[in-house]
Amino acid sequence: MMDTFAALAHGMAVAVQPMNLLYALIGVFLGTAVGVLPGIGPALTVALLLPVTYKLDPGGSLIMFAGIYYGGMYGGSTTAILINTPGESASMATALEGNKMAKAGRGGPALATSAIGSFVAGTIATIGLAFLAPWLVDFAVRFGPEDYFALMCVAFVTVSATFGDSPIRGLTSLFIGLTLGLVGIDKLTGQARLAFGVPELLDGVEVTTLAVGLFAVGEALYVASRRHHTEEKLEPVRGSLWMTKQDWKRSWKPWLRGTMFGFPIGALPAGGAEIPTFLSYSTEKRLTKHPEEFGKGAIEGVAGPEAANNASAAGTLVPLLTLGLPTSATAAMMLAGFQQYGLNPGPLLFAERPDLVWGLIASLFIANCMLLVLNLPLVGLWVRLLAIPQPWLYAGILVFATMGTIAAKPSVVELSMLAGFGVLGFLMRRFDFPIAPVVVGLILGPIAESQLRRALAISLGDPVTLLQSPISATLLGIALVALLAPFVLKGMGRFKANED
Amino acid sequence: MTSGDPVQTPRRVDRAGIVIAALLAVLAAVLLWDARGLQTTAMYGMGPEAMPVVVATGVALLAIGNFIDALRGNLPARESADPVPVVLILVGLTLLIAIVGFGGGFILATSALFVTTSAAFGRRAVVVDSIIAVVMSTLIYLVFDRLLTLSLPAGPLERLL
Repeated sequence: MMDTFAALAHGMAVAVQPMNLLYALIGVFLGTAVGVLPGIGPALTVALLLPVTYKLDPGGSLIMFAGIYYGGMYGGSTTAILINTPGESASMATALEGNKMAKAGRGGPALATSAIGSFVAGTIATIGLAFLAPWLVDFAVRFGPEDYFALMCVAFVTVSATFGDSPIRGLTSLFIGLTLGLVGIDKLTGQARLAFGVPELLDGVEVTTLAVGLFAVGEALYVASRRHHTEEKLEPVRGSLWMTKQDWKRSWKPWLRGTMFGFPIGALPAGGAEIPTFLSYSTEKRLTKHPEEFGKGAIEGVAGPEAANNASAAGTLVPLLTLGLPTSATAAMMLAGFQQYGLNPGPLLFAERPDLVWGLIASLFIANCMLLVLNLPLVGLWVRLLAIPQPWLYAGILVFATMGTIAAKPSVVELSMLAGFGVLGFLMRRFDFPIAPVVVGLILGPIAESQLRRALAISLGDPVTLLQSPISATLLGIALVALLAPFVLKGMGRFKANED
Repeated sequence: MTSGDPVQTPRRVDRAGIVIAALLAVLAAVLLWDARGLQTTAMYGMGPEAMPVVVATGVALLAIGNFIDALRGNLPARESADPVPVVLILVGLTLLIAIVGFGGGFILATSALFVTTSAAFGRRAVVVDSIIAVVMSTLIYLVFDRLLTLSLPAGPLERLL
């Protein structure tokens, strides 16, 4: 307990150094600016801005990253409210009620309750992160390679199969990611896998190339292909920006309840902010004194899900920082950011670079405060960004997206891979395959393989070692249940449907 | 989340779904073919070929799963898509790759992508967009190459700066 306070105080001392404050400010500014662009979620925001931080020192760039991460979340909800294009499924609930509020001329209070709710949830959840992380680290140092392997199996299954629409399509996405993760030189034996004699492939598939291709290029192609279907309409912010006393009264409980849904679910290695946001939405719908307003712009329907969304974003940092386990596309991009500096999140990082980890956690608090200031009075500025004509917007996004790849590796092979991943992303969107499992598979696949091989080398090739460790046996059991549950439930659903 | 009611509507076989399943089967075959060339050098435990075989097995099973889904017509409904803008953007990306590959430089390459993408989204003012594109990519080049010292490929235009 006291250790956490001391560590956090130390982290604060790191975070309030003038240069680091400046990095945090640049981060939240860029994050909001990019996140507010329609169709761009936090994961893509982080992926696009990764190259910007190439030349900084790890501490400064991680702090900038934290700002980008939270800034992207705030920016995303502004877009959801004002033009009803949620950049990610976690903003869908916000778009549902928030856009109706904006249409009814209550865009200001909707933006305010979402910003303040995000601030409240983000702050509480970051405190939760600060206290939960050291405890989990104590637990995680006892993990052997077989336990890590089992943990990654849990993450693979929950991210791809358990919570999606179709476990088959989710698992297909995951295995595409695992296949991409095999490309390159095998680290233990030095043999090339799936390189097909192309020297550029020996280094493996770059996470940023994959993410930017799937998210940015894929999204641009998808939106272009169905431009004739939808006409986006920007709702002007009319009337007062401030919340009335009534609005406050109706908002504060949903904020807290949303946080209670978001943080624990985000902190589980289960992934996804969709579940807590929808849980929060349905809870508020049930508890409200104004049920007639739901579906027509109820402020509770914005306050709760927005808080849940932000709290779960902070929650996903728990497995990311303590176990090195990304459970969302955004967390996967954060991990790529760490790896860019040769840092591997996990218990060791807490022991070896406490200044870095706690500086990052402390700067999350600071980023949150900056965002509250940046978003409430400056909302007019962000709204103007939304008015960029679509052709220039997507052309600019693609230029920026390719610039990242050109700056990292200006080769024809790398750029062709970017275009290829763009086509893959387009097809996956079109045929409704989830994207996040591909990125998670690419990042975690090689780590899971090396942990498994290490475990088997220690046990002299005896696979029973995976079941002898109680932690690993339990986790593998959970993974199996999580894998089979959707199939069993679906079977039961069919059974019921046949009965009536 | 059950997929509708299979009793009422006879479902049609989804052709795109069959193609997806076939592509997955090809991917599994490629994985196995590639893994065959690897040497098992590990004394204990897994060699480098074990994981590709595991992944290939998974991909093959998923090919079967996707095939069954396609036969049942279980894929979600799709809206019509317009292929023209998609092709335009891909032409833009190809131009970008070609210009970078032949040393045409960052500004020309990204300008080509900007103009084609903008056209794909319905703009017809090619001249105006070209001017905007060149000005914008020149600014990006100056900020990132000169100020932030990222190295972006230089061509004839960049050497004039």
